[in-house]
Amino acid sequence: MGVHFSAITKLVAAGAIAAGISFSAPAMAQEDTIKVGILHSLSGTMAISETTLKDTMLFLIDEQNKKGGLLGRKLEAVVVDPASDWPLFAEKARELISQDKVAAVFGCWTSVSRKSVLPVFEELNNILFYPVQYEGEESQRNVFYTGAAPNQQAIPAVDYLMNEEGVERWVLAGTDYVYPQTTNKILKAYLNSKGVKDEDIMINYTPFGHSDWQTIVTDIKNFGSAGKKTAVVSTINGDANVPFYKELANQGIKAEDIPVVAFSVGEEELAGLDTAPLVGHLTAWNYFQSVDTPENEEFIAKWKEYTKNPKRVTNDPMEAHVIGFNMWVKAVEKAGTTDPDAVIDALIGVSVPNLSGGYSTMMPNHHITKPVLIGEIQADGQMETVWQTPGLVVGDEWSDYLPDSKDLISDWRAPMSCGNFNVATGKCGGKGVN
Amino acid sequence: MNLLRVFGLLVMFLGGAFGGRADEAVLREIVGKFAVSKNFQSTEAIVGELAGTGDPAVQRPLAALADGNLYFRKSDNAVFIGKEAGQQVALTDPLTGEAAGEAAKSEVAKIKVNNGLRRAIRDALGTLTLGSDDPAVRSAAADTMLRTPDPAAIEVLDAAIAKETVTSVKLKLEQARAAAVLASDMSEADKLAAISLIAKRGGRDALSLLTGFAANAPEGAPRDAATAEIGHINSSLALWSAAQNIWYGISLGSVLLLAAIGLAITFGVMGVINMAHGEMVMLGAYTTFVVQEVIRTSAPGLFDWSLAIALPLAFLVAGGVGLVIERGVIRFLYGRPLETLLATWGVSLILQQTVRTIFGPTNREVGNPSWMSGGFEIGQLAFTWNRLWIVVFSLAVFFALLYVMKRTSWGLQMRAVTANRRMAASMGIRTPWVDALTFALGSGIAGIAGVALSQIDNVSPNLGQSYIIDSFMVVVFGGVGNLWGTLVGAFSLGIVNKFLEPYAGAVLGKILVLVLIILFIQKRPRGLFALKGRAIEA
Repeated sequence: MGVHFSAITKLVAAGAIAAGISFSAPAMAQEDTIKVGILHSLSGTMAISETTLKDTMLFLIDEQNKKGGLLGRKLEAVVVDPASDWPLFAEKARELISQDKVAAVFGCWTSVSRKSVLPVFEELNNILFYPVQYEGEESQRNVFYTGAAPNQQAIPAVDYLMNEEGVERWVLAGTDYVYPQTTNKILKAYLNSKGVKDEDIMINYTPFGHSDWQTIVTDIKNFGSAGKKTAVVSTINGDANVPFYKELANQGIKAEDIPVVAFSVGEEELAGLDTAPLVGHLTAWNYFQSVDTPENEEFIAKWKEYTKNPKRVTNDPMEAHVIGFNMWVKAVEKAGTTDPDAVIDALIGVSVPNLSGGYSTMMPNHHITKPVLIGEIQADGQMETVWQTPGLVVGDEWSDYLPDSKDLISDWRAPMSCGNFNVATGKCGGKGVN
Repeated sequence: MNLLRVFGLLVMFLGGAFGGRADEAVLREIVGKFAVSKNFQSTEAIVGELAGTGDPAVQRPLAALADGNLYFRKSDNAVFIGKEAGQQVALTDPLTGEAAGEAAKSEVAKIKVNNGLRRAIRDALGTLTLGSDDPAVRSAAADTMLRTPDPAAIEVLDAAIAKETVTSVKLKLEQARAAAVLASDMSEADKLAAISLIAKRGGRDALSLLTGFAANAPEGAPRDAATAEIGHINSSLALWSAAQNIWYGISLGSVLLLAAIGLAITFGVMGVINMAHGEMVMLGAYTTFVVQEVIRTSAPGLFDWSLAIALPLAFLVAGGVGLVIERGVIRFLYGRPLETLLATWGVSLILQQTVRTIFGPTNREVGNPSWMSGGFEIGQLAFTWNRLWIVVFSLAVFFALLYVMKRTSWGLQMRAVTANRRMAASMGIRTPWVDALTFALGSGIAGIAGVALSQIDNVSPNLGQSYIIDSFMVVVFGGVGNLWGTLVGAFSLGIVNKFLEPYAGAVLGKILVLVLIILFIQKRPRGLFALKGRAIEA
C-alpha cells in the first residue's frame, strides 16, 4: 500500500498546485524589460471577479508594447496567483517585489487582501494600484486608489434616490465584512444628517455566499409597506447577488415599487443572470460598458479582439486599471525612471483620459477624480445611465460623516507627506481625536 | 401627469362611453414625438399627452414603452414596436400592431425608460384599462389604482363601480375608491367608511395605505380608527408570518436535503469522508448549463424541458466521475479516514480548477423555465414556484432512493456490505463492485441535486463549496447511515434556522444553529437516529 500512499500524496499535491498555491508566469528573465506585477486571484472564490482584471492588465501591457514599450524598454507582466487566500497575498506581493523586482504592482480586490499587503509595500517601498471601489478610511504612501471612495459611489446614489425617486425609507443590506459595514456606517450617518430617522433605516447583514434570501426579501417587503417610498441600498458582495435578485423577482418586487441600488453588481456579475426580471433596478459606478464615448468604443472593440470573444463585457474595475496603468506610464515617462520614490512623487497631478469622456487626475491623497453614474439594469444585462454627476468628483478618503475621521485629511506632497493629518490638532498620525 | 390623466378620463366620459376614439392621425403624431424626446421629463409629458386622449389604442405603444420595446428609426424618426431577433429587429406599427418589416439593430434606437416613466405608464394604463372588456384586466387596473391613490380619480371610479357586474372586481374597485377617499379631503364619515373597507382587505397593501394615512392625518376619529385597524392587521400578519417561516424552513430544509442526500450514501452508508461531494453537485449544475446552451442554440422551443433532459445526463456525468474517483482513488483508502479526507479534498480542488479552465471563472447563466418562475399568494403567504418545485423534487428523490435501498436486491447488497463486509463477501456478493456502484449512486444523486440547485444559486466553480459544510452537518445531525435521519435532520435544521433568522439575523442565526448542533452531538454522538448493527460496534 506504500506505493498507493505515495500516489495519493502526489494527487493531493497536484490538487494543491491546481488550486494555485504556486503559479508563476514563465519569467523569461531579460535584463532590458520593465517588469509589472499582477496580483489577482486566479483560483478560489474571488477568481470570479479578479481573473478579468488579470486579463485586462495583460491586454494593457500588450498594447503598450505595441506602442514601443516604456522608456525604450519592453514591459513584461509577472502574474502570480494568491488564490483568494489573504495571507498568501502578502507572500506573493513580497515575491513579486523582492524576487521578480517589479516596478509596480496592479492588484487586490477585497479590502482584507489590500490590508494584508499594505505592510509589504511599505517595507519594500513599491507601488500598488488598487482598482476596486472600497470603504475609504485609508491613505497610504505606496498605494494608489483608482476605484471609488464612498463619496464617489454610495453617497451620490443615495442622493439620487432621495431627490429623484423620493425615497424616505431605507434598507441597507450587505455582506458581513469590512466594506459593507463601513459603507453602511457612513450612509447611516449621512441619512441621519439629512433628517432620516433611525426607525426608517433597516440594516441587514448576511454571510458570504448567502443563498437563501426568502426571509430577508419578505422582511424588505414588510418594511416597505409602511406607506413611505422604500429603497434598498445593497452592498451585497459577489455570488450572493444572483440568488438575491432571483428571490426579489420571484416574490414580485418590482423596481418601480422598491428599487435596489447595488454597489457591487456590474456587467460581469449580470452575465450570469437572466436580467429580464431585474430591469429598472439600479447600480452606481464610475463607468458602464454602455457609456457612449469614442474612447470607450475603441477600448471595447480592442478588448473583444484581444480576448477573441465578441460577448466579453467590460466593467468599472477594469476601467480603474486602465486609468491606473496609463497614469503609471505617464508618471514613469515624467520621472524618466521606474524608481518607486520618483514615480510616487510624479504620479500626483498626472491626468489621463478616462473611458467615460473626461480626464481623471491623481490627487495628493492618492485617490482620483471620477464622474459618478447611476444606471438602470436593462434586459440585455447592460446598464443605461439615468443620471450622472455634472462634473468629476474627488475621492474623499476620510469620510466627513464619521466622527472619527471628519477632521482627517491626506496629502502626500512634501512638506506634509501625511496620510492622516488631523486638521483639529494640526498633527499627523492616528485616527481622529473625538 | 395626474391632471392630464384625469382630464383624459373626463373627456372619455363626456364622450359618453369607455373607449372613446381619438383621430388616429392625432395619436400617430403624438407617438411620433417619442423619437425626438430628449430626456425623461419630456418623454413623461408625451406619455401624459397620449394617456390624455383616452383612446384605448394608446395602450399598445404605452405598454411597449414600459417594456422597453419601443424603437424609432434613425433615418426618418418613425416610431415602431420592435422585437429583437439576432442582429435584426422585427418592427410592428405602434397603434395597429401590423408588421412593418425589419431593420438592422444599428438602424433603430430604443426609446429610453426609467423607473419614474414606468410608474407613470403603469398609472396611466391603470385608468385606461378600467373600461376593458376583460374582468382580469379591470381587476389589475383596480389594483394599480389602489396602490397609487389619487383623489381626482374618485368620480371615474364611481362610474366604473356603477357599471361593474363582476362582484370580485367591484370589491376591488370599491377598495381603490376607498384609498382615493383617504387621500382626499372628504368628510370624516366618508373616511371612516373607507378605513373599514380597506381594513377588511387586510394584508400589506392595506397596512401600507393605513400607515401612510395615520402618519399624516390630523387628530380625530379617522386617525384613531386607522391606528386601531393597523393594530389588528399587524397581529394577523404576525400569525401569517409564523406560517410563512415554517414554509421557508421547509424550503430551506429541502435544499439541505437535496445537497446532503448524495452524501448520506457516500458518507452515511459507505463511511467515506467525501470532500468532493460538493463538486458532484457542481458538475450537475454545469451539465444543466451545457444542456441549456445546446437547447438555446439548436432547439429554443424545448427550453421548458431543459431540466427534464438535464436530470438523467447530470446523473450519468456525476455518477461516472464518482465511479472513476472510487476506482482510481478511494478504493485504496478504505479504513483510513484521514487520508480519504485529504485525497477527496485534493480531488475536489482538481475538479474545481478543471471546470474553471473549461468554463471560465465567472458565473454561467442557467435560466428558469417558465414553470419555475414567479410565485403566487395564498392569503398572506407568498410561495415561489422554484422553491415549491424543489421541495417536491427533493422528496421525490428521497423516496426513490429509499425504494432503491429497501426494496431492490442491489439495495439489499449495499446494506449487507455496510452491515458486515466479510459476511457479505462470504455470501458471494462482489463487495468491490457494490462499493463502486454505491459511490457512483451517491455521486449521481448529488449530480441531480445540482440540476435543482442551479435554479436557485450561482452556477460557478465554487458552487460545491458552499454546500459541503451544510451537507456534512445534516448527515451527522440526522445520524450517519440513516436516510430517514437525513430527511428529519434537513427539515429540522431548515425550520430552526428560519425561525432564528428574523430575531438573530442571518449571520448570528447560522452560528446559533452550529452551536446547537455541537451541543446536540455532545449529548447524542450518533445523531438523531443512531444506526444499530455490527458495523457500529466494530
